[in-house]
Amino acid sequence: MSAMQSPQTLAEKVWSAHVVRQGEGNGESRQPDLIYIDLHLLHEVTSPQAFEGLRLAGRQLRRPDLTIATEDHNTPTLDIDKPIADLTSRTQINTLRDNCKEFGVRLHSLGDKEQGIVHVVGPQLGLTQPGMTVVCGDSHTSTHGAFGALAFGIGTSEVEHVMATQSLSLKPFKTMAINVEGTLKPGVTSKDIILAVIAKIGTGGGQGYVLEYRGSAIRSLSMDARMTICNMSIEAGARAGMIAPDETTFEYIKGRPHAPKGKDWDAAVADWKELHSDEGAQFDAEVFLNADDLEPFVTWGTNPGQGISLSQRVPSPEDFEDENDRKACERALNYMGLTGGTPMKDIRVDTVFLGSCTNSRMEDLRAAATVIKGKTKDPNVRMIVVPGSARVRLEAEAEGLDQVFKDFGAEWRFAGCSMCLGMNPDQLDEGERCASTSNRNFEGRQGKGGRTHLVSPLVAAATAIRGTFSSPSDLINEPAAV
Amino acid sequence: MEKIITHTGIGVPLRQSNVDTDQIIPAVYLKRITRTGFEDALFAGWRRDEYFILNQEPFNTGSVLVAGPDFGTGSSREHAVWALKDYGFKAVISARFADIFRGNSGKQGLVAAEVAQSDIELIWKELENNPGTTVTVDLESRTVQCGSISAPFQIDDYTRWRLMEGLDDIGLTLQHEEDITAYEAKRPGHKPKTLPAQTAG
Repeated sequence: MSAMQSPQTLAEKVWSAHVVRQGEGNGESRQPDLIYIDLHLLHEVTSPQAFEGLRLAGRQLRRPDLTIATEDHNTPTLDIDKPIADLTSRTQINTLRDNCKEFGVRLHSLGDKEQGIVHVVGPQLGLTQPGMTVVCGDSHTSTHGAFGALAFGIGTSEVEHVMATQSLSLKPFKTMAINVEGTLKPGVTSKDIILAVIAKIGTGGGQGYVLEYRGSAIRSLSMDARMTICNMSIEAGARAGMIAPDETTFEYIKGRPHAPKGKDWDAAVADWKELHSDEGAQFDAEVFLNADDLEPFVTWGTNPGQGISLSQRVPSPEDFEDENDRKACERALNYMGLTGGTPMKDIRVDTVFLGSCTNSRMEDLRAAATVIKGKTKDPNVRMIVVPGSARVRLEAEAEGLDQVFKDFGAEWRFAGCSMCLGMNPDQLDEGERCASTSNRNFEGRQGKGGRTHLVSPLVAAATAIRGTFSSPSDLINEPAAV
Repeated sequence: MEKIITHTGIGVPLRQSNVDTDQIIPAVYLKRITRTGFEDALFAGWRRDEYFILNQEPFNTGSVLVAGPDFGTGSSREHAVWALKDYGFKAVISARFADIFRGNSGKQGLVAAEVAQSDIELIWKELENNPGTTVTVDLESRTVQCGSISAPFQIDDYTRWRLMEGLDDIGLTLQHEEDITAYEAKRPGHKPKTLPAQTAG
């Protein structure tokens, strides 16, 4: 960086390092920049039409060596050795296999040790690294921002664009600092931080921005926990969320299959250490949150911004001043089958889902296992545990976590997106209520008529024991299983 | 992409905020591998309710959707845009669009016109009081017209230009292929490649 340059934010640094061609013009009428893409992740759902587009136009995939595919959205989490029962799902998976073969794309198929949710696989292979641009036809691509990468979801037309050109035409994002200072209380996790952020700024609050999570509470988080936060940036309307890389980041990457080695490692780390917002860099907006005040969080409504502390009561329409908010509350309560004023902790759940690109990594599984170990599951609750990747599943089994879940009465499944969006058979029934570690509580998200409450793995585990929304601290007086 | 400069069609008032793409098209419809034929999937969950606006005449033949703020949030699925287009919508009006949805619309020739919520309230009233009233969305003047209501809308210059010229994005970018090649030549050597595949064994 030259001494003349004004201080830059992290997002601006990564952006400017990827400008292939600056857009012409000034101000509002400035054309988009052409931005180079370092890594393109593919999965079966949003790629078939893009491959078809390439084929129809007679275009090549420009950089197969910067592209990787995995099967995750449609894949079953049971009987993975048998042909996929759902014909349309099977066709979509087979289409991905055929396309990857035709265009020379590396694919990790169901049954492969590296198969799994695309946002778990990238980091785990060491392909996600600081300062990169990462895209995928999936909005939760923001996950990779935990490494200080600029990572965001794109639509299928853009997937095709990246396939053909390894670049995207984009207007610069605005930047927002999310400052979280302080120390989390025991039982409070990064999931609670991000749910609190979304409740604070709203589902549209981040629109047009890249969020940068900063402050002592963020610095103290592990990479798994940072990924949980960046993952849900999109739920605040932001396309991307970032955290400046530090020793925690480098430590995570070192030794992974695609991590730089030898001299490359030294060169990479030297570059990565420059990746932070400069002193005096101006953000377009700033938000402050005190980690000391946070409690376990839970959503009550049908968008991720409709969340409260677990110790609070379900809000009533009268609690909202704005007429549209009142109506939204009324509608959400109706769909969720809830009455305003009910304590969250009195609400019974039918299903607990531990999984998704938000919370399906080793740390998440370990956290839940610690809570349930030696305890008994509420007999009326079904609990499904879906590791984020085949690799996570193997690691968890090596630690004996699978046995902890099985002894507890939970179902130990194979890797995939599973009940987060119910494209495979893992779905809620009409009216069923779920404590879910996933990212979206939209109407019907986990199955037609299903009711989703977003929670952390710790709350999910405690809830599976008591049958009502609970945090681990509610368990202290509970008798242990004999 | 087909050029679009102005469109006039029956306006459909959707008095709801935070219409996420899971509502626009539920995940179960995303298993298809085609780019067309999604009209049945549009708002599939809500269309089961006989009182839903698209189950009412003349709104079922509408082509301009007038929705509450934060339209198109959540999943990046471009299928949401395909479903709206396949059903017959040419434009969506909202006070605020999710970024990815807005981008996808621009690529597919669906106009995402950002109109102030106060104007949307007026348009909603007009459409509800006089069902079948048309809405004109004019890219040239960047205005929407509904009955006696005329309101400006926001759309970025580049998207507007591409819509009005019906230009294909990939074709535009490939005009600068030399720049891409030049950029690739100076990328740091330590950046990872997916091939040859490395795994933890």
